[in-house]
Amino acid sequence: MKTTEALERLPDALARKFGRRRDDTLPVTLRQGRIYVLPTAAGLSFALALLVMLIGAINYGLSLGYALVFLLFGLGVASTVHAFRNLLGLRILRVAVEPVFANETATLRLYVENPSNWRRAALRIRVGDIETHATLEAGAAETLAVAVPTEHRGWLAIERIALYTTWPLGLARAWSVLRPTVSVLVYAAPERNAPPLPSGDGSTEGLRGDGDDDFAGLRAHRLTDSPRHVAWKAVAAGGPMLTKEFAGNEGAALELDWHALSGCPQDDARAARLTAWALAAESRALSYALTTPDGRLAPAHGRAHLSACLARLALARSRHGPHA
Amino acid sequence: MARTPDRAAPRAASLWLFATALVTVVPHTAYLPLWASGACALLLAWHLARARSNGPRIGRVHRLSLLLIALTVALAVRLDFGYFFGKAPGIAMLATLLCMKLLEGNSPRDVRAGVLLAFFLQLALFFDDQTLTASLFALTGALCAAATMLALEDPERSPWRTLRTGGTLMLQAIPFLIVLFMLFPRLPGPLWGLPRDAWEGMTGLSEEMAPGSIAELGLSSEIALRADFADTLPPPAQRYWRGPVLSEFDGRVWRMTRSAQLAEPAYALAGPAIDYVLTVEPHNKRWLLALDFPGEVARNDVAYGSEYMLLAERPLRTRTQLSLQAYPQTIIGQEESAAVLEAATRLPEDAGPRTRILVDELVADANDASQILDRVLAWFSTNALTYTLSPPLLEDDPIDEFLFDARRGFCEHFSSAFVFMMRAAGVPARVVTGYQGGTLNRVDGTLVVRQSDAHAWAETWLPGRGWVRVDPTALAAPSRIESGVSAALPAGETRPMMMRDGAAADALRALRDRWEALGNAWNRNVVGYDRQRQRDFLQHLGFEQPDWRTLGFALGAGLATLMLALLAWALHQRRSGDSLDHLWRRFGARLARRGLARLPAEGPIDYAERVARALPDRASEVRLIARSYARLRYGPPSANATALTRELAQRIREFSPQ
Repeated sequence: MKTTEALERLPDALARKFGRRRDDTLPVTLRQGRIYVLPTAAGLSFALALLVMLIGAINYGLSLGYALVFLLFGLGVASTVHAFRNLLGLRILRVAVEPVFANETATLRLYVENPSNWRRAALRIRVGDIETHATLEAGAAETLAVAVPTEHRGWLAIERIALYTTWPLGLARAWSVLRPTVSVLVYAAPERNAPPLPSGDGSTEGLRGDGDDDFAGLRAHRLTDSPRHVAWKAVAAGGPMLTKEFAGNEGAALELDWHALSGCPQDDARAARLTAWALAAESRALSYALTTPDGRLAPAHGRAHLSACLARLALARSRHGPHA
Repeated sequence: MARTPDRAAPRAASLWLFATALVTVVPHTAYLPLWASGACALLLAWHLARARSNGPRIGRVHRLSLLLIALTVALAVRLDFGYFFGKAPGIAMLATLLCMKLLEGNSPRDVRAGVLLAFFLQLALFFDDQTLTASLFALTGALCAAATMLALEDPERSPWRTLRTGGTLMLQAIPFLIVLFMLFPRLPGPLWGLPRDAWEGMTGLSEEMAPGSIAELGLSSEIALRADFADTLPPPAQRYWRGPVLSEFDGRVWRMTRSAQLAEPAYALAGPAIDYVLTVEPHNKRWLLALDFPGEVARNDVAYGSEYMLLAERPLRTRTQLSLQAYPQTIIGQEESAAVLEAATRLPEDAGPRTRILVDELVADANDASQILDRVLAWFSTNALTYTLSPPLLEDDPIDEFLFDARRGFCEHFSSAFVFMMRAAGVPARVVTGYQGGTLNRVDGTLVVRQSDAHAWAETWLPGRGWVRVDPTALAAPSRIESGVSAALPAGETRPMMMRDGAAADALRALRDRWEALGNAWNRNVVGYDRQRQRDFLQHLGFEQPDWRTLGFALGAGLATLMLALLAWALHQRRSGDSLDHLWRRFGARLARRGLARLPAEGPIDYAERVARALPDRASEVRLIARSYARLRYGPPSANATALTRELAQRIREFSPQ
């Protein structure tokens, strides 16, 4: 597969050399200009076999031998055109990917439409080393999912999505490379067995001022609210879903501070610990503030806040190199 | 999801490969030794059983047993053929190898290797058989091979649909086949030495004749030659197709003498000419079996033997066709050399003592050669010898035993006894072998001469008259000459199927005529398509002096045209949806040119309202079209939907946003 990958990159490399390589803005329709076709290894052995057969037919003067070789040659040519046609006209409408934690597998979703009246069989989509296959019926639009393994926190750019097919006979391979400007945000993997949540002032001695203590009133339930805070008594009495609010003043909120973690010399370790704490705080419905070298996020909780914090942590880097 | 390099091939692909192997190997069984056919059948059955039971992956025992089978096959080839590197053992090896390939493994690679092996075997079939049937087998085999490869790529497809896609591919491949077949330069083979058994297995006459050798040919209904006469058929008595002339006799076997080759016929042509086109099946010998006696041939690869037969430059290994004239009334050998005449009276000392005594009695008071001839012929007429396809075995002295003991024989017995008698009387005589007669194919009007028409007659030299043809068989069985072997055989003798009488045999013969006429056309136009025919074809296309450059140009142009046609087919994007969708899309496309493209989420009525606001003077038209479309698309099914659709098409065609 090394050679086929090298081949796939060839048109790209040429385009880059002549300064014509561009990222794709979706939706993209696969037209003849961006579909490449070359024989596969099986196609090359097929061609070699035909050559040997042709020499045999010439040597023995077999008229029908010539005919068989020419028929098979035609079959090879027709299959090449079929492979090309199998990709031609496909529309890639959208590419989307949800953030994941490092070492987890992200799922890249391609929304692909087959606008024509023939079936697209055995399409293969490859991202990195992983590929998936799919068949699109005539007129169908489908979401094709490809797994993208992640390793490190930060942005993981999906540089190229190769869409290829060796259908119908496996003798020729038609492919097209997409360069959607799409990246996976990889959150830092939460530290395992992280120390307990720090108190509001940043010390690690434990939790102080839980923040759920002082009941302040009720408000309308939001989907992101923890079930522990639902006013179940009110619900049981036939009332609406309400969420209990607690008086957590600024001082009572957790302060998660990048700079306060002098115990963790590495950026990645800090990100891992803070991620673990943010998750823990969220699961307890605590308000928490986050300070990273990029600035401070005011205390809050809920899914949006969590996502913002995780994103900050995914990308955080110490300004002057890691502290000793 | 993830790629595993050693995944198993889909079961559909293994089953298709089985079909491919079956179609490929079956026509070979006619030529393979029995053990090889049996081995193939067993291996194929084993594969089928495994594929049906979705058998486990091959284990070590399985591999070992396959290795053992491979070795056994190699040993059997060595024992049966006595050599490895030849055509026949090669095919036997290849056929068993293909069947083993099915069992050996089931990775996609193995399947692909099996497909390539099948292609080689399909080609190899043409060594033995280039008939229409063989090519149909190869065509089916190629289709099955395409289906196998399709099943590797798209295993969930139903077999029927796989076959249909395969059929589409084949249909697109056939134009390439035609263009390449017509225009690909035909190189004169062979490119290098061929294995020694390359031309074995061709039937026909040989350089010598022993008692029984022609009777053996008589059982074969294979075609030896065909003749297409321009005007009328020559009468049966003139249908002597001349092969080797045998002059040397050792008491049992007649042999050919080394004859000289002449650039032009050694006789003065006389009488009316008969024009015909002769097509000789390959027999790996040089004689062309022309009708007596051939005139000048405008070809430089043809020579004249000093015994008046037409010779090709090289042994006939492919079907050969040439235009000839025959002059049946020509007199040959009036000026024959003394050496030839002397050789034509030589007899082994001790052969045929009883015959010699008989001849001495017969010709005691004969004055000249023609009187001797009359006496000998009279003896043949009065002594009722029996003409039979199954003559008794003659042991020690074939001539004496035939004439006095068995008194039953086939043409070779009659001719050799006659020549012996003439020589014993001192008159030069010799045996001529060839074919006599032939049957008319009522479908295409050609005269078909089969191996069963093989014949041996005699020539005797008379002063002033040269070599005179004498057919002693005709004296015992006159109908042999007029109506062929079958009519001449005594009633009750078992004949080959095609020679029998009765309605069934007649119908069978009619069917055979039809089939053979088709085969003849096939041979002439397809199998016989060679350099000369290619040249003629190019000239027919309008090239005055076709050479390799013209050929290359025509080939390139033809292939480019086909490729463009194929690409045009691929680029012609048909969108999904029905005619109503097409109409609505066309309407949208027209408006899009005015900057009023339909938004993806916009329904027809909303769209029409927006367009109406933008184009107030077209408002009513646009609303009408949109309403009509919406009713047809979303409304209850209507009986006159077709008419309404046509009306809508009309409106949209006439609509102009300008």
